[in-house]
Amino acid sequence: MNLQNIFSEIEKTDPEIYQRLDTRRDAMKQFRNIGRLLALSAIPLALGSMFKKAYGRTPQDVLGVLNYALTLEYLEAEYYSTAITKDIFPTPASKGAFTTIANHENAHVALLKSAITAAGGTPVNKPTFDFTAGGNFAPFTDYPTLLILAQAFEDTGVRAYKGKATVLMENPDVLTVALRIHSVEARHAAHLRYMRRNLSSAPQPNLKPWITNADNDVAAIQAVYAGEDNEVQGGVTITNIATEVKKEDATEAFDEFLTDTQVLNIAKLFIAS
Amino acid sequence: MLIRKTHSVASDGKGEGIAMPNVHRRTFLKYAGMGAAILTAGSISSCSSDDDDDGTGVSLGNGDVAVLNYAFALEQLEAAFYTQVVATPYSGISAVELDLLTDIRNHEIAHREFFKKALAGSAIPSLAVDFSTVNFTSRDSVLATAKAFEDLGVSAYNGAGRYIKTADYLVLAGKIVSVEARHAALIRDLISNGSFATDTDANGLDYVRTPAEVFAIAGTYIKTVINANTLPK
Repeated sequence: MNLQNIFSEIEKTDPEIYQRLDTRRDAMKQFRNIGRLLALSAIPLALGSMFKKAYGRTPQDVLGVLNYALTLEYLEAEYYSTAITKDIFPTPASKGAFTTIANHENAHVALLKSAITAAGGTPVNKPTFDFTAGGNFAPFTDYPTLLILAQAFEDTGVRAYKGKATVLMENPDVLTVALRIHSVEARHAAHLRYMRRNLSSAPQPNLKPWITNADNDVAAIQAVYAGEDNEVQGGVTITNIATEVKKEDATEAFDEFLTDTQVLNIAKLFIAS
Repeated sequence: MLIRKTHSVASDGKGEGIAMPNVHRRTFLKYAGMGAAILTAGSISSCSSDDDDDGTGVSLGNGDVAVLNYAFALEQLEAAFYTQVVATPYSGISAVELDLLTDIRNHEIAHREFFKKALAGSAIPSLAVDFSTVNFTSRDSVLATAKAFEDLGVSAYNGAGRYIKTADYLVLAGKIVSVEARHAALIRDLISNGSFATDTDANGLDYVRTPAEVFAIAGTYIKTVINANTLPK
């Protein structure tokens, strides 16, 4: 690692890097001398803390979010691609919907991998997935189950991206890409919920494209809807904020985020290794 | 709608037409920069493209307040639209369609009232809308307009995220935009099943628009003159 080169590269895009780090610009330029005194393994740590000081976030934070998102997109892409291969769709429309979604998820995988590489990071490897979750689900032989897991993955994806937006604030371009994926995931979720509502073999007349309270008809995926019954936003109570707005409207009108721990606990059910 | 472009506000805050009242601000707006000026809401129904420089029109305020008022303006538009849709349902509406459109109305009212409360003294006033181009008796006209509004809302929030400086506000915008995307998907499916997300780009990314692009579209439906030149660019 050549610290001098790193700083001169940063200086090209951010001429004020030294001022951000320390008003004593010359002292900062001596950092490379300090670096020689540090154990090699400590240098990335030292650099990371310096970036934190300069930007509030480290590039590692942004890369971490991108790899987190990539893991979710891997899961989704493989799920839909497998579904299309197994082809248990009852109608051309349902296969068409899955094809639309599969194309998006595969595009998201490719985009995130290239973004991570372009940022100097290494894309995480695709896990080995087990969509039966240890034999508990049969999505590729039972069509209603295929839709249930798809809905769970999409509603989780929406909540996962939402939970990481603030980490990306320092990088507006990456934030914008994440937001544009996030809203596509919400469109997918809405359509899948509507498909389940209208399923001839197992209709769910109470299921809407939006999430009511923390309601969900499948106990096995309840973790996906934890906290969706929140009625207070930014200190403002939404229920009865107007005569039309009942509790269910208040909870439907705002989607909640999940922490990465919550998301990974859901995802790991389907990750074999 | 007429978007007036004015000269930049002087750094001392004494730009013509931009008042800087000493508003008592709630904690919610603690970090949001200068409060917005409440100016007279015009009711100019002409949509001339005069580019006069007198600084009139409703100011959105500055910084995060401007972005939140921008969202507030769009939510006002959507809420007014669906209120009309539910009040005078189109010919042949099904019970399911009316139920779902009523839900959407309630969500948009919730969003509108949330912004109104959150912005408090910095909120822009109620906007006058113009739906003369919409035929509320026609399913096609209503759903086409709804689709335009929902896709517009999604693109507006997606484009505004980068300008938000306060983390809590970004989270709130994120909580709303995914609901708008759910609306957009449903409306599209009502028009043509399976078209819920068919307008993404090659990377599978949703719409994104700048405030200027959004106002160019929304302007057809907003009569009140809005001075959008304080929006972050």
